[in-house]
Amino acid sequence: MIRLVVRKRAKSLGWGALVVYLCALALALFICGVLLRLSGRPGLGGLAILFQGAFGQSYSLLDDLVKAIPIFLCSLGVALSFRMQIWNIGAEGQFALGAVGATFVALSLPGLPWPVLLPLMFLAAMLAGGLWGLIPAALRLRLGVNEIISSLMLNYVGILVLDYLVFGVWKDPASFGFPMTAEFGPGGQIARMGPTLGLNLGKLHWGLLACPLAGVAYGVFLSRTRLGFELAACGEGERVARYAQLPYGFLVLLVLGAGGALAGLAGSIECSATLGRLQPTVMVGYGYTAIVVAWLARLKPWPIAFTSFLLASLRVGVEVLELKLQIPAAFGQIMEGGILLCVIAGQFFLDYTVSLRRPEAPVAPVASGASCAPGVKEAA
Amino acid sequence: MKHWLRTIGLAALAAGLLLTGCQKAPEKKADDAKNGELKVGFVYTSPVGDAGYSWAQDQGRKAIEKLPGVKTEFVESVKEGADAERVIENMARSGDQLIFATSFGFMDPTIKVAKDYPNVKFMHCSGFKSAENVDNYFGRMYQARYLTGMVAGLMTKSNIIGYVAAFPIPEVIRGVNAFTLGARSVNPKAQVRVVWTKTWFDPALEKDAAISLLDVGADVITQHQDSAGPMEAAAQRGKYCIGYNSDMSKYAPKSHLTAAVWNWAPMYEAIVKEVRAGSWKGGRALWWGMDKGVVDIAPFGPMVPKAVQDKVNAQKALFQKGEDKVFVGPIKDQAGQVKIPDGVKAEDKDLLGMTWFVEGVVGSIQ
Repeated sequence: MIRLVVRKRAKSLGWGALVVYLCALALALFICGVLLRLSGRPGLGGLAILFQGAFGQSYSLLDDLVKAIPIFLCSLGVALSFRMQIWNIGAEGQFALGAVGATFVALSLPGLPWPVLLPLMFLAAMLAGGLWGLIPAALRLRLGVNEIISSLMLNYVGILVLDYLVFGVWKDPASFGFPMTAEFGPGGQIARMGPTLGLNLGKLHWGLLACPLAGVAYGVFLSRTRLGFELAACGEGERVARYAQLPYGFLVLLVLGAGGALAGLAGSIECSATLGRLQPTVMVGYGYTAIVVAWLARLKPWPIAFTSFLLASLRVGVEVLELKLQIPAAFGQIMEGGILLCVIAGQFFLDYTVSLRRPEAPVAPVASGASCAPGVKEAA
Repeated sequence: MKHWLRTIGLAALAAGLLLTGCQKAPEKKADDAKNGELKVGFVYTSPVGDAGYSWAQDQGRKAIEKLPGVKTEFVESVKEGADAERVIENMARSGDQLIFATSFGFMDPTIKVAKDYPNVKFMHCSGFKSAENVDNYFGRMYQARYLTGMVAGLMTKSNIIGYVAAFPIPEVIRGVNAFTLGARSVNPKAQVRVVWTKTWFDPALEKDAAISLLDVGADVITQHQDSAGPMEAAAQRGKYCIGYNSDMSKYAPKSHLTAAVWNWAPMYEAIVKEVRAGSWKGGRALWWGMDKGVVDIAPFGPMVPKAVQDKVNAQKALFQKGEDKVFVGPIKDQAGQVKIPDGVKAEDKDLLGMTWFVEGVVGSIQ
């Protein structure tokens, strides 16, 4: 009898990882093509439209980029805490609070020019998002409350705070009772990049600049500072960290606070650049997408940027596909989900090798440091 | 070192690709339609499904699709924010000459895209903004609500009617008010209890909301959401229900008295005709009522007595003639203060911005 043997890889795949990802993507696209055929649409043609829609035109690339900005910032935020095994699921609520903080400044100081107003809005957003992130941190350190539950629950509270303000005290008197604040003054709206640079850059806005800044800060902090190193060490577990006399509590506060600040920043940028006002529809689930992105990208900054862009472009492409082939929205979501699932499943092969062995065949000596995958018995 | 070179290289490559792409301005002019074909796009906020608001909109789309030389396309479940702007722009880019954005949340995105595509005509539903190439439009659903309120007022025995409301926005509040005025016009003792779900489509939650109303003694349930959840709840308890958006009798055949329904076909056919004839104008606010057939009530269920049907049909005939006295004073608010004085008819702008409940409603706006 032939048995499946799963082993942990002794060393990382390096560029081979790219091959794994491409294979996973190819498989996903193949499945999508078959599904399209089964629903009576052109399979290969559909994939071409998907690709065209996502990357085919300069404006589609720009649309991808615009959509990737909030995902990237939120994802950096959650990745920071995942690094030390603090499971911050609260980016969505921190995003909401960021939007609220920025709106508070924009509405209270409407006449200011942008060089003053925008930084103040960002500051307020980061403060609001950061403080929102500190709540689960404090609950964990003081009372031992699991941060997965508390940060998740605070998402709903955060969104309700936003709704309360928009349906209530901040409602624009000129909006006929509809839930939206007044439009921010010109100083409170992030401008589009195109006109200033004399290029046709579509909806791309200056909020993009926050991405390289945050990305570099994230990379430098983790790889070049003592605190970043300690943070990685804390990822081994709380008891290890405390035994090594690392400032565990401080680091928990830091990662959740900084993560919240990043998500808050994303909220303020989305609010100011794409809506120009606060309304409940600013919440579209970027905080949850961010978690998927962080995992897919294995918490590293460049892959996070790349994955954010790919996920954003997938959505943009699927939208075009829905339009051109008149595909139901649910079908589009199935395709998105299928592609994600394949890529996540593909990641398994980055860490493990699978081979077929007969039981009588001698087992190759296990390389040092390698071990069996959890839950899989090694054939002996 | 090598690592850094690689990243910088990749970044430069990406930036280069992007900038080369950007030198060429994207074509903003809509493709000339082949041999006079009119391409019409529809944007829906929820899945078309089989009974809700978007379903009713889609019936309108299907009606104009049948006209010669008209081609339609739609995208459903579009999120009402930055995503909507992209979807609407994609439609304009792909050559649609007329675009219906069918939900309130598409208002700002529609106005923004319209600015960049002056040759495309936009119709935005249920908002309050218009522009040179944007009309806003809606239907006087409150007329149908008034009629269904009469049915509820005549059929209730406990004099408690349950209203599962969506969001506290004027459209919904106006519906609750018209329904209550209708109910109390025939049954002054009737009260309408309101529960907010803050959802447009969440069958389980909306069903639970209806159950909470049944628990306080309501024996007729109506709703403002797209799901049939409240209908189911009423049917399970053996109480009456009144649907919304479309005829929902198939979900509760023994309980369904009638429904307040949308019928967009006459309006959309008229708009297409205008565009064809070149008489379409932007900047308008079109608010059509039962006289033009945009709103109606579904056929009565078998349990509605003839006397009730006659009474409601008599009022319906008045609406169809264009006689609309739903919001004619005296109308008091919940505190008993007169908001619309005796003999005065509320103006459209007051109806469009309505944020208070009439006397007889139990519940708050928040």
